[in-house]
Amino acid sequence: MQGSEKTGAMTKKHEVYYMANKTVKEHGVEVMEEILNGYNDATKKDRKKKLEVVTAEEEKSCIVANRKIRPGVMSMRGCAYAGAKGVVFGPIKDMIHISHGPVGCGQYSWAARRNFANGIPGIDNYVTMQITSDFQEKDIVFGGDKKLTKLIQEADQLFPLNKGVSILSECPIGLIGDDIEAVARATAKEIDKPVIPCRCEGFRGVSQSLGHHIANDSLRDWIYEAEVQGVEIEDSPYNIALIGDYNIGGDAWSSRKILEAMGLKVVSQSTGDSTVSEIANLTKAKVVLIHCYRSMNYISRYVEEKFGIPWVEFNFFGPTQIVKSMRKIAALFDETIQKKTEELIEKEYMPAFQKIVDKYKPRLEGKQCMLFVGGLRPRHTIPAFRDLGVEVTITGYEFAHNDDYARTLEYVENTTFMVDDMNEYEMEKLLETFKPDLVGSGIKEKYSTQKSGIPFRQMHSWDYSGPYHGVDGFAVFARDMDMAVNGAVWKKLTPPWK
Amino acid sequence: MALRQIAFYGKGGIGKSTTSQNTLAAMAEMGKKIMIVGCDPKADSTRLILHSKAQSTIMELAAEAGSVEDLELDDVLKSGFLGIRCVEAGGPEPGVGCAGRGVITAINFLEEEGAYEEDLDFVSYDVLGDVVCGGFAMPIREGKAQEIYIVTSGEMMAMYAANNISKGILKYANSGGVRLAGLICNERQTDREDELITALATKINTQMIHFVPRNNVVQHAELRRMTCVEYDPKCAQSDEYRTLANKIINNKMFNIPTPVTMQELEDLLMEFGIIKPEDESIVGKTIAS
Repeated sequence: MQGSEKTGAMTKKHEVYYMANKTVKEHGVEVMEEILNGYNDATKKDRKKKLEVVTAEEEKSCIVANRKIRPGVMSMRGCAYAGAKGVVFGPIKDMIHISHGPVGCGQYSWAARRNFANGIPGIDNYVTMQITSDFQEKDIVFGGDKKLTKLIQEADQLFPLNKGVSILSECPIGLIGDDIEAVARATAKEIDKPVIPCRCEGFRGVSQSLGHHIANDSLRDWIYEAEVQGVEIEDSPYNIALIGDYNIGGDAWSSRKILEAMGLKVVSQSTGDSTVSEIANLTKAKVVLIHCYRSMNYISRYVEEKFGIPWVEFNFFGPTQIVKSMRKIAALFDETIQKKTEELIEKEYMPAFQKIVDKYKPRLEGKQCMLFVGGLRPRHTIPAFRDLGVEVTITGYEFAHNDDYARTLEYVENTTFMVDDMNEYEMEKLLETFKPDLVGSGIKEKYSTQKSGIPFRQMHSWDYSGPYHGVDGFAVFARDMDMAVNGAVWKKLTPPWK
Repeated sequence: MALRQIAFYGKGGIGKSTTSQNTLAAMAEMGKKIMIVGCDPKADSTRLILHSKAQSTIMELAAEAGSVEDLELDDVLKSGFLGIRCVEAGGPEPGVGCAGRGVITAINFLEEEGAYEEDLDFVSYDVLGDVVCGGFAMPIREGKAQEIYIVTSGEMMAMYAANNISKGILKYANSGGVRLAGLICNERQTDREDELITALATKINTQMIHFVPRNNVVQHAELRRMTCVEYDPKCAQSDEYRTLANKIINNKMFNIPTPVTMQELEDLLMEFGIIKPEDESIVGKTIAS
């Protein structure tokens, strides 16, 4: 067992706590109290349920997640529309995605998530087709259903290669009660393609997480329940679906590479670099492999219940988890696959991993990292950092639910400060106190962190890099982390007071 | 005389549009210069003045022209009986869009276009049914109507609505300076109606400014799309409206309302015998028991 004093190093100066006869956890709890004392009573009471210092021994997390943001704090969260459009629907490359409402939501979510697409020139689309209905006063007053109908008809003519349309509802649509479902039914018949309405108004729910759920439900009702058919595929016991991979910087491609090398056939990949047909073909898989549990578990559960297709979580970040996940997946299939998998691990992947680790571990060993992103990546990347000798000591999620914190404990090996829905104040305090060597978070956190002299990587968009999934991805991941931590720029930083 | 902005509120179907148009016609007779702003998607606040079925509304014209910015004041402003200027905000068909936003857009347009800068004594807003959302509270927000007249009757739901509207007025009374100026009782021939409305007025800190008796001549005039003041100026009903017009012109009682609770309202109705004391023993009992 790794006692917290032995392996857990929350700060580099942990010797200090030995001297003061304090464990790392005790120190962490003190810091937590100090942070909470900066709040008024109501906020303190609320935020107390979101902070926790855990060790490897913990069996249960006490964090109460997926709750409303406190007024007055600068949260890092997005909204339901962000979840539905940005995450689930946005990457589907052969659909027209309509941001239905005033122009801002569509404009600022336009091609911003680096979900890559590939295909044949002239047939496939490389950039998703995104359109806004650009609501004006008169659309609010008289309703926007007629405009939406016309928009869909016109867009279908302008982009004849589209295979369907998604209607992503912005706030005013929900307020004025437009009947986008009726428009969807009528226009789907007219253009003879699926038109999927998604009621992801931003004011619904507490974060983007509800948007994922709503989008999953829309796929359920308008793809699977509506029996939309994908292209014919050959039946095979090795047919699998890869879901919850958004192909950020090409992630899905390197994940797929491993699965195909194992002898499996990916018949459906979603929603990164995905198509309507592939999404419909999810039901032809023998097993559904889910990478982002938080955003796609709903559809997995539905498909299991309705079509009897089991789903399995896996993690393709870093050698330890890749190997573990490959074996977990192979175990679901016959010996041919298992044999192939073992060979692959031994002959190809292990040497490749070793090369990467040999190169970068010595440069990163002993570094400490703070990781704060979405609803899955922190726990999924903790082991990848550990493979490089980096300990994640502060972590948490923007929009996780209680089950995500329970799932995080599985990965915790050292004393870790966990925060749900971290805000600007808490982040600043934690950075000041623990001075991690590296921070992985979003664009809003990037510059404030770098200004305080701490290396930073964007872990939503991979900072214009990627992929980070799979074997290829680990090489890029290791290089990027090394580049951030050991970047020459940090050695040049001498503040004027020094 | 400085411009006075007044508004008529009240339960749907109580006779707001009829009462307001007749009263405003009487005020025009007295030489007052008036503009009516209809804030109801039905756009029937000006038909008796204009002798028309329904005037083209701001929102309707804006939708045709492309946007409200494409409109001119002359497009929307019509002149009716004794030069009363009429404008209708308009709004969507029932069941779609947002009528409240239509009212906000229309009033903003009138302000920007300088409709209020003309030589006017009174601007009158006629607002639909109840203050259902922020849009319909627009005429009582800052810089708009300062005097609110609530049209009511001795019926329970009309009084309930009157009390509710006064809650809306209270909300904006401190920030926007809007005041409750009186209850207009539009006779429905319920028992002790004038006493009851006087009692309600006292309770919510206002006055019953006038009791308008019921008279068929109003209906006869309406069939001809006219106010009764114009249709039959000599009849007794026209004099009633003139009296009300005078009272409004000379009104000095502008109070912050003190809306009552549902219980207090029911107590009042019980006192006047409108509703019977509640029999707790029958609540939740089916016919079989």
